[in-house]
Amino acid sequence: MSNIPADLKYASTHEWVRDEGDGTFTVGITEHAQDLLGDMVFVELPDVGDKVETGDDIAVAESVKAASDIYAPISGEIVAVNEDLEDAPETVNNDPYGDGWLFKIKADDSGELSNLLDADAYEASIDED
Amino acid sequence: MGSKTPLYDAHVKAGAKMVDFHGWDMPLNYGSQIEEHHAVRRDCGVFDVSHMTIVDVEGPQAQAFLRYLLANDVAKLKTEGKAQYTSMLNENGGVIDDLIVYHFSETSYRMVVNSATRDRDLAWIEKIAANFDVTTKERDDMGMLALQGPNAAEKIQQVLSAEQYAEIDGMKPFVGKQVGDYFIATTGYTGEKGYEIVVPAEQLVNLWDALLAANVAPCGLGARDTLRLEAGMNLYGQDMDENITPLEANMGWSVAFEPADRDFIGRKALEALKEKGHDKLVGLVMETKGVLRHGQKVTVEGGEGVITSGTFSPTLGFSVAMARVPATVGETAEVEMRKKQVPVKVVKPSFVRNGQSVL
Repeated sequence: MSNIPADLKYASTHEWVRDEGDGTFTVGITEHAQDLLGDMVFVELPDVGDKVETGDDIAVAESVKAASDIYAPISGEIVAVNEDLEDAPETVNNDPYGDGWLFKIKADDSGELSNLLDADAYEASIDED
Repeated sequence: MGSKTPLYDAHVKAGAKMVDFHGWDMPLNYGSQIEEHHAVRRDCGVFDVSHMTIVDVEGPQAQAFLRYLLANDVAKLKTEGKAQYTSMLNENGGVIDDLIVYHFSETSYRMVVNSATRDRDLAWIEKIAANFDVTTKERDDMGMLALQGPNAAEKIQQVLSAEQYAEIDGMKPFVGKQVGDYFIATTGYTGEKGYEIVVPAEQLVNLWDALLAANVAPCGLGARDTLRLEAGMNLYGQDMDENITPLEANMGWSVAFEPADRDFIGRKALEALKEKGHDKLVGLVMETKGVLRHGQKVTVEGGEGVITSGTFSPTLGFSVAMARVPATVGETAEVEMRKKQVPVKVVKPSFVRNGQSVL
């Protein structure tokens, strides 16, 4: 059974979102997603300062198996990216909800978060796959 | 439910992620395929290859049969146990399968063919064998392990008796020998030293457990694919198939046109193609970010080709691929990746041998 922390929100495209409480939101990919992709070999991240819209493909997680687009789960501005992944993309595999985070977004409208899935709904969505 | 090798439970116990591989439940990895890849390049790993098909050929006309069935010439094999890489072709010269044949005597041989093509291979072998005084027997009573890596000899020594190990100590590459119940061959699919060991099915679990206890890393299909691709070894169904000849798949070296009076299936088609000219299989290297993938379009001098196999190379740290392209290809090419044209280097299709880059 895949680990799906209850305190996060999820997109059906397998991103997770953590509310940092200061208007910024940390984004990564779920354990289920990294497991499907297998060993990560490159992660292409957006630039700090980029304005993104919900659903934009803004990053790429490339594993031995496939290249997978990562979509902005909410609209806003990229305020940080995880540069450590440049040298250690495997961190996404080893710690997808912790050190394997991808980027942080300053939300245009925090209310957008309510459009995302909670842990139970995400779990139900991957069970259908 | 797929077919299971005798090691199915052992794989699950070792934490394998099991996947369907042409009707077989096989391990993809036991956690990280990159770590398994490195284990084989730097130390030693073991693969369950029991899904592969072993066919023994015996009879007064065994040699004549195989000289007609196979594109390489088994008459080149003079010493007992000597192995040869070869292929079975159809009349058009297309590859029905690639395989290794072991010579025991002119009346006794063993072939190891792919699992994905098993039914078609066996039907073809039987059909051709009907015209010769030979018997063919599938050895489904046997399983097979591949023990690969620079420390393979040291590891196998730990699981054999002193007498058994003495039998294979210093054995040259590409030779097989019956040692007690085991058939041990210095062959493999990784570009490293090592052994392929044919074992009675009921003894397979014991040998596997003994190797794991000797700190040999269990390795899955994921690592097997990146290792063989770095070594420039073809994968049937991807780098060649029934519609591709050995000449277009960098396998020309395994076709024996001499002696000229040996007839083999596909010979006429290959001779005509040689005359006419044909595409070739080359290696591609991309040192920038990204991964070359099967099916991507390649633009070269004089035309277009396609990537047959591509991957991230864990040993090199960048992507490599094999591509079938027009023979006019120069030293560089462009690959269409995610809607962009990316420049790549064209090299011989071999990237890593014995742990080292050969670029």
